[in-house]
Amino acid sequence: MVVQILGTGCAKCKKLHEAAAQAVAETGVDARLEKIEDVQQIVAMGVMMTPALAIDGAVKSMGKLLTPTEIATLLRGAVS
Amino acid sequence: MAMATTARREASAAIRPLLAVLGVAGWYLLYHHLLGLSRALTYGLLGLAQGSRLGASVEFFCYDVPKVLMLLTLIVYGVGIVRSYFSAERTRSLLAGRREAVGNVLAALLGVVTPFCSCSAVPLFLGFVQAGVPLGVTLSFLIAAPMVNEVALVLLFGLFGWRVAALYLSTGLLIAMVAGWIIGRLKLERWVEPWVYQVGAGQTGLSPDLMTWTERTQAGRDAVREIVGKVWPYVVLGIAVGAGIHGYVPEGLMASFMGRDAWWSVPLAVLLGVPMYANAAGIIPIVQALLGKGAALGTVLAFMMAVIALSLPEAIILRRVLRPQLIATFFGVVAAGIMAVGWLFNAIV
Repeated sequence: MVVQILGTGCAKCKKLHEAAAQAVAETGVDARLEKIEDVQQIVAMGVMMTPALAIDGAVKSMGKLLTPTEIATLLRGAVS
Repeated sequence: MAMATTARREASAAIRPLLAVLGVAGWYLLYHHLLGLSRALTYGLLGLAQGSRLGASVEFFCYDVPKVLMLLTLIVYGVGIVRSYFSAERTRSLLAGRREAVGNVLAALLGVVTPFCSCSAVPLFLGFVQAGVPLGVTLSFLIAAPMVNEVALVLLFGLFGWRVAALYLSTGLLIAMVAGWIIGRLKLERWVEPWVYQVGAGQTGLSPDLMTWTERTQAGRDAVREIVGKVWPYVVLGIAVGAGIHGYVPEGLMASFMGRDAWWSVPLAVLLGVPMYANAAGIIPIVQALLGKGAALGTVLAFMMAVIALSLPEAIILRRVLRPQLIATFFGVVAAGIMAVGWLFNAIV
């Protein structure tokens, strides 16, 4: 699966990327991280508040800096 | 284990309302005894002389820092919960296809309650415009959202009183409404980068309506951690500088060049404010001390609005979607509105 971090390079987006990497490592889910920094692509996915997190193209969270634990829950939900 | 976790969660859900009531009661008690406590600390515990310059500065600091931080925590928590009912998507659907005038009024009001971060200004602009929200209405939103924010209002309320906070709220909203309406009337769509209109915004299907109450109070706590956690050093630093000015700068010093008689002080304050990029928290306590020494309220408010609402980083971010002519018009119209407010206050207050 692909975990996508949507953001135009602000400090919070970088933190969300780190949290997602940690969540993937902790859960052991077979996932690849992807950064989406192009504003047009971000808006095309329906996101207006960054940072956002999507799994396989489906937006799960917007405008929030999720904790690794919260991301882990989303990852497990996407697997099952 | 899953059952134990569920049981614990249910137990904590039952205790939570009780904790909330106790918390608010404790907050209220402490808040109402702050003045006495700060005096006891300054003149009793620290043994400073009443009426001395150092004593005046220290008392000011010991009273204002906890007062402002307590107000900030409570309001940011409440606003965090209120904002969990509003999302950029809901605001967009409320504004899409709305006529001008009505749209501008609604956009400015929604700008206050919709969660906003200046780093999201471009995706928000694109999302709004591509969904058919008129340009001027979108700009009304983008003016109100940063200018009329809870941190600015709390600081104004805590340091100047409710009248000034209410004046700031209403004139800030008015500037956002009128400036957006004027830009809409000018039909400046040709100065929006052409690619903006060539693509469509998507939908996520996420819905904020499905949040539980626990999730909403969690959003309140997150807001406190995020906002108060970020601005408290500025509050402390700002009040420390303010306390220094309070005790040491002579009365009336500011009156000569920031007083109400100097008409040029308002445009000068706006001109100085635009390139400054600070949050409300750092600027207001200093501004309060200036006001106490004879600076005029209108001049001070104009300075503050210019600092918060117009900034060079914002112009650079918006440059990706707007031509320089439109950015210049946008800044010009908003700056004119801020100056009008400054002069108005200097004339009537």
